[in-house]
Amino acid sequence: MKGIFYFCLVFVLSTLLIACYTGDEISYSEEIKPLLNKKCLRCHGGIRSLGGFSLLFAEDALSPTESGKLAIVPGKPRESEMISRIKHTDPEMMMPQEGLPLTDEETSLLERWIRQGAKFDQHWSYRQLDEPIAPSPELKDWVKNDIDSYILDKMEAFDLYPNEPAEAHALVRRLNFDLTGLPPDLDQLKQLTGGNLAQVQIEKIIDDLLKSPHYGEHFAALWLDLARYADSNGYEKDMGRSIWRFRDWVIDAFNRDMPFDQFTIEQLSGDLLPEPTKDQLIATAFHRNTMTNTEGGTEDEEFRTTSVIDRVNTTFELWQGTTMSCVQCHAHPYDPFRHDEYYELLALFNNTQDADIDSEYPYLLEHPDSIMEKMVQTSAQIHLLDKHYPKISKDSVSKASIRKLIFPRLFGDFADDYQDVLINGNGGFSNSAYNSNNQKHKLYYLVFSNINLDSITGINYHYFSRGDDAVIEVYLDDINSQPILRTKMIEPKKKDWDWLLASMAPKSGNHDLIFHFVNTTGDFRTGVVDLKEIELVYNDQPLNKEVRVAQDSLLKLYRRGIKTPVMKERTELLRRKTHIFERGNYLVKGEEVVPGIPDVLSTENESISDRLEFAKWMVSKENPLTARVFVNRIWAYIFGDGLVETPEDFGTQGIPPIHPELLDYLAYRFSNDWEWSIKRLVKEIVMSATYQQSSRVSPDKVDKDPYNHYYSRANRVRLSAEQIRDQALTVSGLLNRTIGGKSVMPPQPDGVWQIVYSSAKWEVDHEEDKYRRGLYTYWKRTTPYPSMIAFDSPSREFCVSRRIRTNTPLQALVTLNDTVYIETAQALGTFMKEHGQGDVREAIAGGYEKILLEIPADQTIEILVQLYTEAVKEEDVTPVLNEDTTTYLDPYTVVANAMMNLDAFLTKS
Amino acid sequence: MSLFNEMIAREVQLDTRRHFLKTCTSGLGALALATLGCNKGISTDFVATSSPSMPDAISHYMGRAKRVIYLHMAGSPSQLELFDYKPTLNLLHDQPCPQSLLEGKKFAFISGIPKMLGHQADFRQHGESGAWVSNHLPRFSEVVDDVCFLKAMHTDEFNHAPAQLYLHTGSPRLGRPSIGSWVTYGLGTENEDLPGFVVLVSGGNTPDAGKSVWGSGFLPSIYQGVQCRSHGDPVLFINNPEGMDRQLRGQTIEAINKINELEFEEFRDPEILTRIAQYEMAYRMQLSVPQVMDIQKEPAYIHEMYGTEPGKSSFANNCLLARRMAEQGVRFIQLFHWGWDSHGAGESEALNHGFIDRCKEVDQPMTALIQDLKQRGLLDETLVVWGGEFGRTPMMENRGGVTNPFVGRDHHTEAFTMWMAGGGIKGGLSHGETDDIGYYGIKDKVHIHDLQATMLHTLGLNHEKLTFAFQGRDFRLTDVAGKLIKEILV
Repeated sequence: MKGIFYFCLVFVLSTLLIACYTGDEISYSEEIKPLLNKKCLRCHGGIRSLGGFSLLFAEDALSPTESGKLAIVPGKPRESEMISRIKHTDPEMMMPQEGLPLTDEETSLLERWIRQGAKFDQHWSYRQLDEPIAPSPELKDWVKNDIDSYILDKMEAFDLYPNEPAEAHALVRRLNFDLTGLPPDLDQLKQLTGGNLAQVQIEKIIDDLLKSPHYGEHFAALWLDLARYADSNGYEKDMGRSIWRFRDWVIDAFNRDMPFDQFTIEQLSGDLLPEPTKDQLIATAFHRNTMTNTEGGTEDEEFRTTSVIDRVNTTFELWQGTTMSCVQCHAHPYDPFRHDEYYELLALFNNTQDADIDSEYPYLLEHPDSIMEKMVQTSAQIHLLDKHYPKISKDSVSKASIRKLIFPRLFGDFADDYQDVLINGNGGFSNSAYNSNNQKHKLYYLVFSNINLDSITGINYHYFSRGDDAVIEVYLDDINSQPILRTKMIEPKKKDWDWLLASMAPKSGNHDLIFHFVNTTGDFRTGVVDLKEIELVYNDQPLNKEVRVAQDSLLKLYRRGIKTPVMKERTELLRRKTHIFERGNYLVKGEEVVPGIPDVLSTENESISDRLEFAKWMVSKENPLTARVFVNRIWAYIFGDGLVETPEDFGTQGIPPIHPELLDYLAYRFSNDWEWSIKRLVKEIVMSATYQQSSRVSPDKVDKDPYNHYYSRANRVRLSAEQIRDQALTVSGLLNRTIGGKSVMPPQPDGVWQIVYSSAKWEVDHEEDKYRRGLYTYWKRTTPYPSMIAFDSPSREFCVSRRIRTNTPLQALVTLNDTVYIETAQALGTFMKEHGQGDVREAIAGGYEKILLEIPADQTIEILVQLYTEAVKEEDVTPVLNEDTTTYLDPYTVVANAMMNLDAFLTKS
Repeated sequence: MSLFNEMIAREVQLDTRRHFLKTCTSGLGALALATLGCNKGISTDFVATSSPSMPDAISHYMGRAKRVIYLHMAGSPSQLELFDYKPTLNLLHDQPCPQSLLEGKKFAFISGIPKMLGHQADFRQHGESGAWVSNHLPRFSEVVDDVCFLKAMHTDEFNHAPAQLYLHTGSPRLGRPSIGSWVTYGLGTENEDLPGFVVLVSGGNTPDAGKSVWGSGFLPSIYQGVQCRSHGDPVLFINNPEGMDRQLRGQTIEAINKINELEFEEFRDPEILTRIAQYEMAYRMQLSVPQVMDIQKEPAYIHEMYGTEPGKSSFANNCLLARRMAEQGVRFIQLFHWGWDSHGAGESEALNHGFIDRCKEVDQPMTALIQDLKQRGLLDETLVVWGGEFGRTPMMENRGGVTNPFVGRDHHTEAFTMWMAGGGIKGGLSHGETDDIGYYGIKDKVHIHDLQATMLHTLGLNHEKLTFAFQGRDFRLTDVAGKLIKEILV
């Protein structure tokens, strides 16, 4: 109970402090709002407003209630119905009706607040950031930068004092893990003088680490949890998805120190930037990490909607620390967000082309040099056959240039927009759907923009159908106009793929060509048509056969590219309307809404109409939440816990920060002076004396501050799932340091993958790829890599703001027995044997120093030497007892296995 | 984690460690439990010691059941071939389905106008209760007086993965904790040497929704189900590497823990003590898990009773393992048997072929499980639940509008049968009724959220109060729904 007592004490004290600071003026957000949340909002909040009274928004709280009475009359507590009901003695009338009554202190607090005018001030996290002024604590010598002034100021107020600086080996190990996720090399450490390090030495180490390519990998691991990055697309089949180029983009962005505002804009709206580069398109794969349901018989629109909802929720949790998922169904229960505001946000994300189809179209294709060269050669060949076709160079290979080379043939994977049509990876397309009963709601469109129709005389369909009930209509520029062509797709006589030519009167100029597939009977079989391609016929001349053959090889090469699903906005022709979903149900549509941002977060009446404007607003000065939330994430990644302990919730239900001034200081500098440079932010943190303390704990400190909220010591934190693997590989010398590339499949126990309807297999990578960093391990959502999941890595279905650290026996079994930990122990054992040259103590001391960077205590050596001796006995005994199996572990491997399971090894100290 | 949950978790850790520091002699093993979430469940200890500032999180009543054995038939068996006897359906056999049944309905595969399909089974009444059971479950029909049938179950999801998630996590989307996680979060486990939530899979495949149906969602990962396997390591990584025997492993762990104690002396970090305890626990699990998984030593009559063959991965073996784990105090034992998706699109999934094989695979072992628990006096305190994720249509499936070569039925959400036995549930009862063709429930309908609420109730947990704060909301297994099925409670 003591902990709770201290926690309460701290809480009360900090509340008191704030109260003193603000004089007699009662703070709505610090004192009144928590009370209302606890006692009133259940019935008078965002879900229910009983009696016509809700306290969520000031304007509602101050308006007359259903009875006509005013619940709150500013300045006049006695006339306020709220107070009289709280004080009422009749249980029928007394508030609250559910739960504990208000204490006298609470009631009097409310009365005083109303007397002072019932002012609703802004919640702390929504307030604008002001130029910070650091406090001046007493122990000035300790302070290395402004962070320390803030920390020390509070520490002194609570009669705590900082720890001594961490010893060199501990600090260097900590810095390496916090900046690169990897342990340092012993030789690197040995070059430094013993004892404590000078700040210049430390700065040099930090600067070098920030330049390391492993820095990006380490921070990518944080971002990938938030971006719910995985190598499979989720749900039942959980098929493989090629989206690792996004992971590499994130690594690269961190390594190049892309400013966080740009990092934000490119991921949320890179496709809307003027002439986006391939990298900017890959950045938008951020929101293509949503799941795709490929199970038979599922309704694509349902799961498309689910993805869009997830994009809103993820965006708000990640950048705004705001829990938006409640607002799907009703106004936020505690925070000032209205139901319709959710759908205004949804409208911003509701107009992309992806639609839960199996091929995950639209996607970007990128080509390795070898394929690129062949594509250029093929284009030259086409040009040779017909000079109208352009020649392309390696730099000009793009979807647009390829589309010119395959003209006048049209394929699904080159369409500018589509609706409901299924587009497959070979460019084929169809109006097929599992469920005939749903066909009525579907409108199958395929759009090709800006096609030159001069001298066109016909359209030739390469198709297959199982009946005569499908019709293809062709529209020009407007789906509401009259179709210029209507073709019945009769069942081919040979019951196989065939061509059907529809003649048409010539048109002139460039037009948007819209194909509309109509299932005239709604029949599942006879009304479906599959197409391989559509050929436009000019001057009654079919396409030259040799050109066609060359085009086919070009297409084949093109489609062999590395695929990455990306965001692509719909064309005006097929723009979706967004409606409120009543109670969050996508089938029950309410009023139509237009894009917008929640009132509480906007300072002016910004008009925000698309994702790009939205992203720019997120990183503008008007939005202080973004910087607060992000600096807190970085702080939490380094210290183990955030300044705000609930990085996912900066609303009134989250835990308010104990160091709000420090949070604001970092947020202000980060978004102003440091120009959103993440490396600058990280450097500031790790250069502080606060960070560089030792992690020793005295009983006094545990009693005063059990959770180290005041940072009077460094935290000891268990390494993450990735770091545990990476460390073992690094110290044993097995780590393959290659950066980026396709995800890999290191060995895992047999039979872990047993997935229905899927022939996917865990194909173990051999040789070097077996020893890549944990970050590159193939991430299958329904069957995550078992040794990673044991160490609390999430399955990445949704945005995860923090991993809950556990300490379980299953973790012990992983590091004791998993193949990779045996192999690393063997490698370390071999090192020890060579290092010792027959001297067991020397071997063990050398191995210990190699992995823990300090010379072990004599007692430790004794314990390990004894283990070695037991293992030797075992070695002597085993072959004799059992002559068939001569396998035994080398005694040094046994010792290495033990050392690599030590708490000191698994913990960042 | 919310402030409240976090406070609870940390408080337990601190308290246990303080206790350890004071009474070092009591051995290290005991303190493993707090951080493992074993033994001490949230409910029993925390409510008593909670301060006035804490909400009355999980109120308690005495549950009759101490544990659950859940037999999930993945793919969903046809209630119309097993329990829900409808003579009218036989009369309508081969006639076109009336349009009124099809309007506004979504099916996974049926299209156009399908034909009605009469029972592909013979039904008879059994036991004193006169329960209808078909000829496909001859053994099971002997124990119907111990069983309560829920004949008007219904769900909202008609695809396998979402429906399985809905049933096991209360939500059709990935990411929520499974019922086994909720139960171990609420009650902990009774055996410190075994995981509190164990999963056994047979039929060659994991369920459609993957391991998420036994995931812990946003609950701490200590509450996730641990899969025990008949092939390979019984629990992943539990076997020592080749060349490391139990003695040497013991010496290794002893060395690790001794050095960790030195580490603790230096840093005084209580987390080190937890790690020491977890290594001891891992060492004990290396012995206890293979022991409980080894059915070799069971007497011959037991093998005969269940139809078990040691070494195989079968539903029969898993039923016997479930009983052994129940005896050892495992809190939630989850079985999955795959292959019930009887569309009739192929022989292996036809009602007249594969389905009959599945029935043979489960009939004897699930009957034996009930009888065996009963003869050991465990049935009263063990809740056994059986069923699929949804039901099957009274119409014959005509995938793509053509008649299938084999007989099958499509997915159906409106009506299906489940059964429960033991742990606080009345035996010999049939609760709920469907219409004349088994299409809709017409009396005492039970939604899957009601089933979840009732299961928690038998364990002494109130489904409205068993909550966990995540993303700004108190989440519960039954979301915002679920009512107790009072009529079936003892």
